[in-house]
Amino acid sequence: MKAVNFDFYQPASVEEAVDRLSDRTIFTKILSGGQSLCPMMNFRLVRPDLVVDISRIETLQQINPIGDGIRIGSGVTHSRLEDGEVNGKTGAYLRKVASGIAYRAVRTRGTMGGSVAHADPSADWPAALLAVGAQMEVIGPNGTRTISAGEFVLGPYTTALDDDELLVAIHLPKLSKRARWAYVKQSRKPGEFAQAIAVFVEDEILGIKRTVVGANHMCPVVIEAIWDGEDVPSMGSLLSGLNGYDYKVHLAALRKAEKGLRDGLC
Amino acid sequence: MNQKGVGASITRKEDDRFLRGRGQFVGDIKLARMLDAAFVRSPVAHGSLKSIDIPNSFKNSVFTSNDLNNVKPIRAVSGLHGFKASEQPVLAEEKVRWAGELLAVCVAETRALAEDIADEVFAEIDELNPVIEMLEARQVGSPLVHEDWGDNIFLETNVDTGVEDAIATAPIKVTRRLRMSRQCMAPLEGRGVLAEWNERTNQLVVYTATQLPHIIRTGLSECLGLEETSIRVIAPDIGGGFGYKGLLLAEEVIISWLAIHLRRPVRWLEDRREALTASANCREHFYDITLCADERGKFLALDAEVTVDAGAYSAYPFTACLEAAQVASILPGPYNLPAYRCKTWSVATNKSPIVPYRGVARAGVCYALEFMVDLVAKTIDREPTDVRLENLIAPEQMPFENIVKKHFDSGDYPTCIKRAAKAINIEGVRARQQTKEENLIGVGFGIFNEQAAHGTAVYSSWGIPMMPGYEQAFARFTPDGGLEVRVGIQCHGQGSETTLAQVAQEILTIDIENVSVTHGDTGLTPYSTGTWGSRVMVMAGGAVAAACEILCERIQIIGAHLLQTELIHTEVKEGYIVAPGGQIKIEEVARTWYRRPQDLPTDVNPQGLEVTAGYKAGRDDGTFSYAAHAAVVAIDPNSGCVEILDYCIVEDGGVLVNPMIADGQVLGGAAQGIGTALYEEMPFDDNGQPLAGTLAEYILPGATEVPDITIDHMETPSPYSRFGQKGIGEGGAIGSVAAVCNAVNDALSQIGAEVRDTPITPVRVLAAIDSATSVLKDSEDLESS
Repeated sequence: MKAVNFDFYQPASVEEAVDRLSDRTIFTKILSGGQSLCPMMNFRLVRPDLVVDISRIETLQQINPIGDGIRIGSGVTHSRLEDGEVNGKTGAYLRKVASGIAYRAVRTRGTMGGSVAHADPSADWPAALLAVGAQMEVIGPNGTRTISAGEFVLGPYTTALDDDELLVAIHLPKLSKRARWAYVKQSRKPGEFAQAIAVFVEDEILGIKRTVVGANHMCPVVIEAIWDGEDVPSMGSLLSGLNGYDYKVHLAALRKAEKGLRDGLC
Repeated sequence: MNQKGVGASITRKEDDRFLRGRGQFVGDIKLARMLDAAFVRSPVAHGSLKSIDIPNSFKNSVFTSNDLNNVKPIRAVSGLHGFKASEQPVLAEEKVRWAGELLAVCVAETRALAEDIADEVFAEIDELNPVIEMLEARQVGSPLVHEDWGDNIFLETNVDTGVEDAIATAPIKVTRRLRMSRQCMAPLEGRGVLAEWNERTNQLVVYTATQLPHIIRTGLSECLGLEETSIRVIAPDIGGGFGYKGLLLAEEVIISWLAIHLRRPVRWLEDRREALTASANCREHFYDITLCADERGKFLALDAEVTVDAGAYSAYPFTACLEAAQVASILPGPYNLPAYRCKTWSVATNKSPIVPYRGVARAGVCYALEFMVDLVAKTIDREPTDVRLENLIAPEQMPFENIVKKHFDSGDYPTCIKRAAKAINIEGVRARQQTKEENLIGVGFGIFNEQAAHGTAVYSSWGIPMMPGYEQAFARFTPDGGLEVRVGIQCHGQGSETTLAQVAQEILTIDIENVSVTHGDTGLTPYSTGTWGSRVMVMAGGAVAAACEILCERIQIIGAHLLQTELIHTEVKEGYIVAPGGQIKIEEVARTWYRRPQDLPTDVNPQGLEVTAGYKAGRDDGTFSYAAHAAVVAIDPNSGCVEILDYCIVEDGGVLVNPMIADGQVLGGAAQGIGTALYEEMPFDDNGQPLAGTLAEYILPGATEVPDITIDHMETPSPYSRFGQKGIGEGGAIGSVAAVCNAVNDALSQIGAEVRDTPITPVRVLAAIDSATSVLKDSEDLESS
């Protein structure tokens, strides 16, 4: 399990990174925390010609308040979010999600941006960010553009990013004090990939009322409502395409999230 | 509690280097001019190998079976009547028989480059229909793994004391089909081999992650056609074995051949994917089992047909039949049983060979038998512990010869289960079950005994390549009064460097810091079959004691002379030879022997302060430790997840040499049993492709899955071992499967559901709940119509 030979480039700035991504004649992969890419390279499932390591780009490591929201650099690690670098309700939400990703050793390297850009269908961030209505800030040869979380992940391991684009930051709203949320990850054991994810986010002040189901083999599904725990068929679109055990485990996650919200645990 | 010697909970001497990351494993050894190897493995489970295409530029770096002149296949034959031998070419020749079987080996300066070469090697294989499921493999007309056999049966065994009458007349009769899935073993360190030809000693030197260095030497000798004197096998630090490192690997033979052929050191380090998908597996039992009892639950007869999937080849040295043949001999468990019938099949399939995993067949046997005991209890509405008390062999029956002539040495089984029931608070659990929580609560037990340190009496009838006889140890005082102990076993986590030093301390009363234990090296140690079958503390412990006793007498004789007294007036105490008129330090005696021989008595024994001494147990059919495991679980009926709420073990390992290390053994084993019960499974698709290629798919229990376990010790000495100690290395992995699975089924029984396959995954729990619900619905429909 050793990777094939590849070239390695460690830019100091976003501009340098984007410049190297523009060479379309070679297969380039962006390395952030490497917690998915490195195993895939070692399994030789991915055989890049060039690896661009963005982990030394300082501007990608920053967390800043911007207007009514928070801008999180794509290179911010899960562990920093777990440790509470973002405060308030949004911070609490991020802490909860981050603390359930793999194991601490993975969280100290793995990054939010890397996880979203990788778009593993079982990963936490695509579902979690969709539920709060995050916006992805992307830079490419033609400058910067913004993609909403709902339009960013297109399918398993597939995003709206072009080959020459780099995800630089994730913009999140500042949830109000009145906000309530529940995040449930159903997995065989803590630290494993999710078998089901269910998220509720409700914020009267911001006008958010949202349910997301993730880890459904495709991309997370959202509806602009909160499930009352009663009428299962009304959740149809959330659970569509899921059968047998998959259906049950997602329903179980939804039930647990609904109970969590009702019990005021989150 | 003792502070020294046998019975002391001394912290482990070896942990200093392990905890500081300074252990020396095969992967840490680097030799000049060393090459790394990568293997090309069969992508299909069954096929005819037509050709292997090697690009011209790599002709000198890739080797196939055509290159391995005079290398013999691995043959692990049992002497049991009717056993069919398999011949495993170390590199595939005409056929491939499992996905992962070795086709070619590639060497290069680094593993990455070797893998680059392996990427360019293509095998042309005409696929044959594979046989993947063992019950299908038993059917006439099934594809044949070994055509010349005519069927897929390595071995069939029969035990029958006459059960028909009991079955026909028994008031209570329960029957089930139970399955224990195929598992991988997952020691932290995988396999690894580094071989070199040493011109100076004219020897092949093989560093390998093995539990059985001396047995591997014999196996390499047979395959390579080298004299055993020309081979030295060294097992350095080993990161866990559990049976996974208890077989001769084709890789060991190939890497050794390469080192001789290339006259360069060659290394192969197994990666986790190879360990999971291509190397030896374990377990995989299927039981069709009936238990008969009277109205109070007293057993009248046990009748079973058991199939074990042994995979494509018979692994050396334990063979393909050890697992199933053991099932027949241990299925009666710790119980009085008047009638017994058991038929077993060791079946060949197109999957990797199996080897005995911690507990060997016992984990499956205990699961199946204890499942049935609980079923009897449910049928007659008694507590499962009460039904066990009706049937457990009583202390006054000890020593006891059971229905298959197993000789149980000592113990109080009823007290063991009673203490477990109390520790788990069975009444409290029953009360909680009445409160109708959202989760289903259940309690389960597993009681078993564990034959350990089996000797010749047991293994001679099996006639396998490895035969445990007597055990030897070497001991020598150094000129400064330290003690060197050398043993042929291999310590891969058991703490034997500490416990064997404690044995030496017990006899010689010297500081444990001054005892060094060397093991795992055929060049340095006495012969031994190695570390397996929970035998080290009994066998190597006995041998170390014997060697130290001889040295003790010798130093006493010299000490008496130096103290100007008679031997009879001396004793060895606290590191001194003590006599009424004075005392002398043992190190002074050692110094005198080596450096002032002029001071020795003229008639001194010239054998000196070094000796190799042997040991044989009072009876060599083994010690029988035993334990009761008790678990309380909660099941979420929505998700099917099982959580262990409480866990207690009552264990009797006889006299414990180091109770802290014994606890560690029990806990580690229990964690693995929890893995068997709830998590670990190597599934295959219909084509024989292994489906768990990483630890994301092959789920192991971790810190969050293993509860805080309470251990309660009983200490009934074995009458047959040197200190009354019994082997306990495997027990934790045995009773845990039964306890957890019985707890799950106790919980599920409240809604009429039952899971019969391990591991009990959420998928299986929800399926069981579904089928119970649909049965319920059907019966309601019937009633309403």
